[in-house]
Amino acid sequence: MIQVEVQHRLGSFDLTAKFASDGRVTALFGRSGSGKTSLVNIIGGLIRPNHAHISLEGKVIVDTDQRLFVPKHRRRVGYVFQEGRLFPHLTVRQNLLYGWWFTTATKRRDQPAQIVELLGIGHLLDRRPRSLSGGEKQRVAIGRALLATPRLLLMDEPLASLDDARKAEILPYLERLYDETKVPIIYVSHSVPEVARLASTMVVMADGRVVATGPTADIMARLDLIPFTNLVETGAVLDAKILKHDEQFGLTVLSLCGGRLWVPRLSGRIPGTKVRVHIRARDVMLSTRPPEGLSALNVLPAVVAELGQPHGPIVDLRLDCSGQTILARLTQRSVESLGLSEGAPVYAVIKTVGFDRETLGATSRQANGADTAAIPIEGSVTTSSGHGWTSCPELA
Amino acid sequence: MFTLTPEEQAAVELSLRVSLWATVTSLPAGLFVAMLLSRGKFWGKSVLNGIVFLPLVLPPVVTGYVLLLLFGRRGPLGALLANNFGIVFAFRWTGAALACAVMGFPLLVRAMQLSIDSVDRGLEDAAGTLGANPVWVFLTVTLPLILPGIIAGMILSFARAMGEFGATITFVSNIPGETQTLPSAIYTFTQVPGGDIAAFRLTVIAIAVSMFALLISEAIGYVVGRRMGVER
Repeated sequence: MIQVEVQHRLGSFDLTAKFASDGRVTALFGRSGSGKTSLVNIIGGLIRPNHAHISLEGKVIVDTDQRLFVPKHRRRVGYVFQEGRLFPHLTVRQNLLYGWWFTTATKRRDQPAQIVELLGIGHLLDRRPRSLSGGEKQRVAIGRALLATPRLLLMDEPLASLDDARKAEILPYLERLYDETKVPIIYVSHSVPEVARLASTMVVMADGRVVATGPTADIMARLDLIPFTNLVETGAVLDAKILKHDEQFGLTVLSLCGGRLWVPRLSGRIPGTKVRVHIRARDVMLSTRPPEGLSALNVLPAVVAELGQPHGPIVDLRLDCSGQTILARLTQRSVESLGLSEGAPVYAVIKTVGFDRETLGATSRQANGADTAAIPIEGSVTTSSGHGWTSCPELA
Repeated sequence: MFTLTPEEQAAVELSLRVSLWATVTSLPAGLFVAMLLSRGKFWGKSVLNGIVFLPLVLPPVVTGYVLLLLFGRRGPLGALLANNFGIVFAFRWTGAALACAVMGFPLLVRAMQLSIDSVDRGLEDAAGTLGANPVWVFLTVTLPLILPGIIAGMILSFARAMGEFGATITFVSNIPGETQTLPSAIYTFTQVPGGDIAAFRLTVIAIAVSMFALLISEAIGYVVGRRMGVER
């Protein structure tokens, strides 16, 4: 459990944030300049705030009223920086053991060998940081932070400086991080797909203020928060369960909304496994009648629950789909011509191939290999970081 | 032609000894001042900056005379040190070392200061979040990262000391075997008839020592640079 209450002035920027989270992975979400990085810098002890009360698992680390400010080297709050910040004069091994060395032997938790294996960096140990790729650097930086035995791990856009291939390489490690180490994580990001895939709790920030806090699926389904989130990547996050695999056509069937969702084959996972699905609003079409002669495999009956505020020619709709929420993005023209209003029954059409093909390569490789850990499938066709699928941790 | 007379040999040895002492003893103070000027925010910073870099712009003779006034037997600091600690600078080789240290100090500080300025503070923050207290951060991160600057500063200071003439001769005179350094000896030989050969020999040595110092600094810079590579 982390409780944060901060009031800090940086030049003309005013940061007033308050949130609490007992989530495993809490996303600090917002656009650039919304104060996310300042907030984690305060939690990590890099900035001394004007007014703050911060506690971690009941232990107060900052209380300006009591003039209490635990310095960063005694906080045991790990920090993975956007640009890695590995020590250039040390080898990877020395970098990893840096924090380990400063940790009292009795307080050490993870063994270096375990962390090295978890992050797949065994072959890099004798190299120097300058010879590593961006993704390798970030994995080493994560390992280095974990080996200092933190009570909380802060990650400030750890993927922002990486290209898509590197992001795809590192995301699976991030997904396993909490389950393997049980260190709560605060993950700063402005990427909807990353947050949808990793975070259990979301804290949405805008202009130095907290706009909303809650479970990721709830926050993602709120139309009123769309202006604060990413307009392009907006979409609902749902929990689904694998029903069966269709070997003939290379597809997987998920149970969702009391119906079925066909997606490209999710290899390496047995039926019954829970997966998280990110369905982008712009990938959803609506029909007022049951569609016929349609190529799309997924047609889910739903009810329009809410019409959002139009922005430009676009309107977002929240659909109630047997208790679960799907977002759909239509033109205002379509909304009017279909006569859609709240309570109207509709059919949501979702193309199967809308779920990304790119990572299917990764899954088939995994199916052949010995690695049984969950390798996720992307949930969008874009070449952006669009990962929408993730395995359920406990079964990974 | 290339055998040195005892007098010449004494001058070379003295110069090396004076330069080494000047460089090594001024290093801790130089590092402290460089840190202060690079990182410190305090009242009077520009005054400190001025005092440190003054020997670079003053005529060396003036610096030597100021040292004589301050550290001479009757000078306020000279008397204090002589009476309480038995340290005497006037007309001793230690005085030559002091003069060289003062003259080389701006070069030493400047090189280290530039190097400290270029250290990524983010790396120090990272070390802090990993549990290193400020002293450890300095020893394990800052110091290794500024090592090239420290070495460059020391080489510059050493080379300056090897060539120092004006302040030394003004402060501690030109006593063979005690304060007659290489430049003083060369000067003396050029003033006496038939001293040309000796002056020439010492000149060759001076060039060789300076060249050697430069090569060493290049080599160290190369090794350190290769170890760390160019991050970022």
